[in-house]
Amino acid sequence: MTEMKNKPAEFKQAEVKPAEFKPAEFKPTEFKQAEVKSVELDNIDRQLINLIQLRFPVSKHPFEEIAAAIGTTEEVVISKLTRLKNEGIIRRIGPIINTRGIGGTNTLAAVKVPKSQIDEASWVINKYAEVSHNYLRNEDYNIWFTVSAPTQERLDRILSEIQTELSCPMLNLPTINQFKIQVNFHV
Amino acid sequence: MSENREKENANANAAWHLVDEADEKLIRLIQDGIEFEHSPFEKCAEELGVSEEEVVARLKDLIENKMVRRFGASIAHIALGFTANAMGVWDISRDRVEEVGRKMASFDEVSHCYERPPSADWPYNMYTMIHGRSQEECRAAAEKISEAVGAADYKLVFSERELKKKGVRI
Repeated sequence: MTEMKNKPAEFKQAEVKPAEFKPAEFKPTEFKQAEVKSVELDNIDRQLINLIQLRFPVSKHPFEEIAAAIGTTEEVVISKLTRLKNEGIIRRIGPIINTRGIGGTNTLAAVKVPKSQIDEASWVINKYAEVSHNYLRNEDYNIWFTVSAPTQERLDRILSEIQTELSCPMLNLPTINQFKIQVNFHV
Repeated sequence: MSENREKENANANAAWHLVDEADEKLIRLIQDGIEFEHSPFEKCAEELGVSEEEVVARLKDLIENKMVRRFGASIAHIALGFTANAMGVWDISRDRVEEVGRKMASFDEVSHCYERPPSADWPYNMYTMIHGRSQEECRAAAEKISEAVGAADYKLVFSERELKKKGVRI
């Protein structure tokens, strides 16, 4: 859309240009302790946060059930949750997909990228919808990301494209054994 | 722009072969999150041309069949004050992996625990994700785990920036 505004005369719908890295458009989330604004949580907020992670009722009227479980009204539950969503504490309420359970495959990969190329490398990696998590870490292998794909072939292709584009050392660390996957933040 | 590119990539995917077309459609309708309202599955049911009861039943089946790990909230742990995130990497002898993995998994501070292949360049085979309110909290947890499993050969790799986090979509 922005391209269209900048050069209206040249824009042709049918023309497919490869996406280019534009540093100005790239805004990763930095998280330094001081920058994290603290959100006031009352007792109901805490109960809600603890309940909706692992015990969210899968039913026709889930918020009504939650209200009954903690002794309040559906209205209160919905308005509290809406605030928590707006404050950025709740990302979404939805299904957490098991990639392998639906026949797909996934891996953890890492690349060793020079400091000056971190933003560009991150952009190259993140453009794949199949990349779900990506972190900059304090190691020689400094960019760590997870990829989920329907087939091994697609997964391998993504990794090889990334490696070709970045031309840097890469680790591919598929799961051999899974002992735990349970993200639960108790507040 | 990048969103379009992502969609193109996603559409280029082969099918997720264990999930049938109807369930795939259901997942796609709700995977970005339900609305917070009295009947959050109503729109989805309409779209699929089935009852809300049917949507709920199919969703329960998907969980039962382990295609969906769980249905619930994804929490931005950083906003809750869990600002430190350490990937513990461990070098554990192959014959102890089962026992050690089970012990590591029993710690509340550990959210994920996996065995992965070691290599010459990166000789670690066990991975534990540890979340804490500070790096010190993560270090203390790792030390506790190290003592409990009798493994001293490990390293904590802290995240400096979150470059992407969005959960798996199909």
